[in-house]
Amino acid sequence: MSRPGTGFDPRSDPIMSTALFTYALRLGDDLLILSHRLGEWCGHGPVLEEDIALANRALDHIGEARNLYDYAVKVEGKGRTEDDLAYLRAERQFVNTKLVEQPNGDYAHTIVRSFLFDAYHLPLAEALTRSSDAQIAAIAAKAVKEAQYHLKHSSDWLIRFGDGTEESHRRAQEALDALWTYTGELFVQDDVHEAMVKAGIAPDLSTIKQAFDATVDRVLAEATLKRPADGYMMSGGRQGKHSEHLGFLLAEMQYLQRAYPGAEW
Amino acid sequence: MISQDHILDLLQNVKDPEVPVISVLELGVVRHVDVEPDGKAVVTITPTYTGCPAMDVMAADIRKELLDHGVPAVEVKQSLAPAWTTDWITEPGKAKLKAYGIAPPEKTGDIRALKGELPVVPCPQCGSTNTVMLSVFGSTACKALWKCNDCLEPFDQFKCL
Repeated sequence: MSRPGTGFDPRSDPIMSTALFTYALRLGDDLLILSHRLGEWCGHGPVLEEDIALANRALDHIGEARNLYDYAVKVEGKGRTEDDLAYLRAERQFVNTKLVEQPNGDYAHTIVRSFLFDAYHLPLAEALTRSSDAQIAAIAAKAVKEAQYHLKHSSDWLIRFGDGTEESHRRAQEALDALWTYTGELFVQDDVHEAMVKAGIAPDLSTIKQAFDATVDRVLAEATLKRPADGYMMSGGRQGKHSEHLGFLLAEMQYLQRAYPGAEW
Repeated sequence: MISQDHILDLLQNVKDPEVPVISVLELGVVRHVDVEPDGKAVVTITPTYTGCPAMDVMAADIRKELLDHGVPAVEVKQSLAPAWTTDWITEPGKAKLKAYGIAPPEKTGDIRALKGELPVVPCPQCGSTNTVMLSVFGSTACKALWKCNDCLEPFDQFKCL
């Protein structure tokens, strides 16, 4: 286990370097894709304040994704840029979880999707501030402050929906029941992740799961919503196997760079 | 020979594009100013919010201001660590925010907002503490939207980070 200041540089080892690149990409892809989904609400929010709130959150997620992509291309060392990663990769090369690519649905779906992500992202960012990788730690230290506001935002709305009217309660529970199957993938610890844990770069995901469970139980209790049973859990996103929704999202997100390669403004 | 003090004087003219009454120095985003032997200025800035589009504008404005005033070469670097905090906004900077109609942030040590408790934010218009938060996300990433129950005016608050 390497700690900061020991002079450990994962980039000097080709296998570690590939794993670190993949790890940074996973963190970044979750944020970019969720950011795009939230951006789809811009101009369509149910109230002006929420329209603005989602655009703000999307911006925070893009900012963190940019930092991670910028680091990933440096680790990779092939001269690619952050824009290459965002705009010129195909669907199978994205390694985000299936949760974040799910469509916006109604506002309950949008809030529940963000709530489930925030309940995972905040403790993850907190843990990554102690990463042995100085750049990952610096990016996390910046993100953790914003993530606190994100979790508060999505929790407040989920409580308002769950403990609101019969209709808002029903929709919030339906969204929760529909999206729960995507939460398992957030905590799958494969070879790439094991390598990161061994190097002290990433935390063991079982500790993040404990924090996630505590947040979910606390907020759902206040929201008078029922935690769904852990049934079949979707996976595959981390390996580039996505739901049918990601391709359509990328078609829109990448349109300009595909139609006018290298366009800038 | 261009001195560090001269660069700092010039940076006082570079304002936050979103809040044009406060300079990049008062905002606390300038971390270092170095002048190399050949006169090149290296200014290190830190982002307020990771996705804040104003950061790119600030970097461009810093370059332009220094180049326009005879600095031969300018490099603006970005540094993530340590992460920016609203505690770095200077006292004169906070006074200017208030005069501009934006409630300044509370100290991070008093970060009750994140413990589920809302901070007491006096209205920048009338000074009343009978205020209510409407949305934690306001007109920019760094601001929350509040309303004063006494003078009934909405106002922005620079939120604690």
